[in-house]
Amino acid sequence: MFMEFLIQVREFLSEPWPWYVAGPLLALVMFVLLYFGHEFGISENFRIMCAADGADQMNDFFKINWKDGQWNLLVALGAVFGGYVASHYFMGTEGDTAHISDATVASLNEIGLSVEAGKEPFVPEFISWGGLLHWQGWLMIAGGGLLVGFGARYAGGCTSGHAISGLSALQLPSLIAVIGFFLGGLFVTYFVLPLLFPF
Amino acid sequence: MSRYILVGILLGFILYKSEAASWFRIYEMFRFQSFHMFGIIGSAILAGIIIVQIIKARHVKNVEGQEILIKDKSKTIWRYLIGGFTFGLGWSLAGACPAPMFILLGAGHTVFVVYLVAAMTGTYLYGVLRPRLPH
Repeated sequence: MFMEFLIQVREFLSEPWPWYVAGPLLALVMFVLLYFGHEFGISENFRIMCAADGADQMNDFFKINWKDGQWNLLVALGAVFGGYVASHYFMGTEGDTAHISDATVASLNEIGLSVEAGKEPFVPEFISWGGLLHWQGWLMIAGGGLLVGFGARYAGGCTSGHAISGLSALQLPSLIAVIGFFLGGLFVTYFVLPLLFPF
Repeated sequence: MSRYILVGILLGFILYKSEAASWFRIYEMFRFQSFHMFGIIGSAILAGIIIVQIIKARHVKNVEGQEILIKDKSKTIWRYLIGGFTFGLGWSLAGACPAPMFILLGAGHTVFVVYLVAAMTGTYLYGVLRPRLPH
């Protein structure tokens, strides 16, 4: 009986989660961290990792005690575990698919990235070690990471720190940052990505 | 300590199962072709605003018994606009912001190690250039 119940729970969790479940749960994550005495902000981990790797002796910006950031590193480590468990044991019948709209499938095909409706993988093929055999792969993975790391610290937060924590606390600076996120994203989506495919 | 790992696991589940960690979903969002991502971020903010207002009105205390205070961010423009723009460029190129990066690493997409090292390099670069950048 109990096993059957667990199997049903697993099947339930394996369905794609709708936005109205994911959004409020993200707010819950923010609240739990506030309750534990911390502010939700994943990109801060890059700074903590730099400090832990010795950057604290090279630059004042990294003169922080990385052990104060241990809680945040543990959240990131938990996210790694979460990603492993969700992708290996909670994939449901549809498998590793991103359920994007037909309009998006059409747009992707238009810019030279061939995808089949209903068969889009969760992570596209070019975001892989094989993708790094092309300059476009380097631009997207390493270039993307570099810009994310630089931009997140420059702006003082990423999607979790500004879009979720900052806007929840009605912080005007966070609204400016989120507008910046979108201006950057729109620029790449409309003017850069069409130049990269096919590869 | 393990409580933070549990919070991280929950975060991983949310962003993986809602597909917010998928490159395709980010592309779709920036093309305004689905409500999905806007719904996730929008409902997170809405729920977050309610939570923060309750915390402020009721003076909710944290686990250590101190009142929860949320620091105001410094009121400038340039760092948020330029930094945010730069972040947006990277987010849409890689299709993953920092949390999804950790989640996808766990899901077995080991190439995100390259992203992680690059992001740390970018963070370090900011630390070096910080005195010369407008804030």
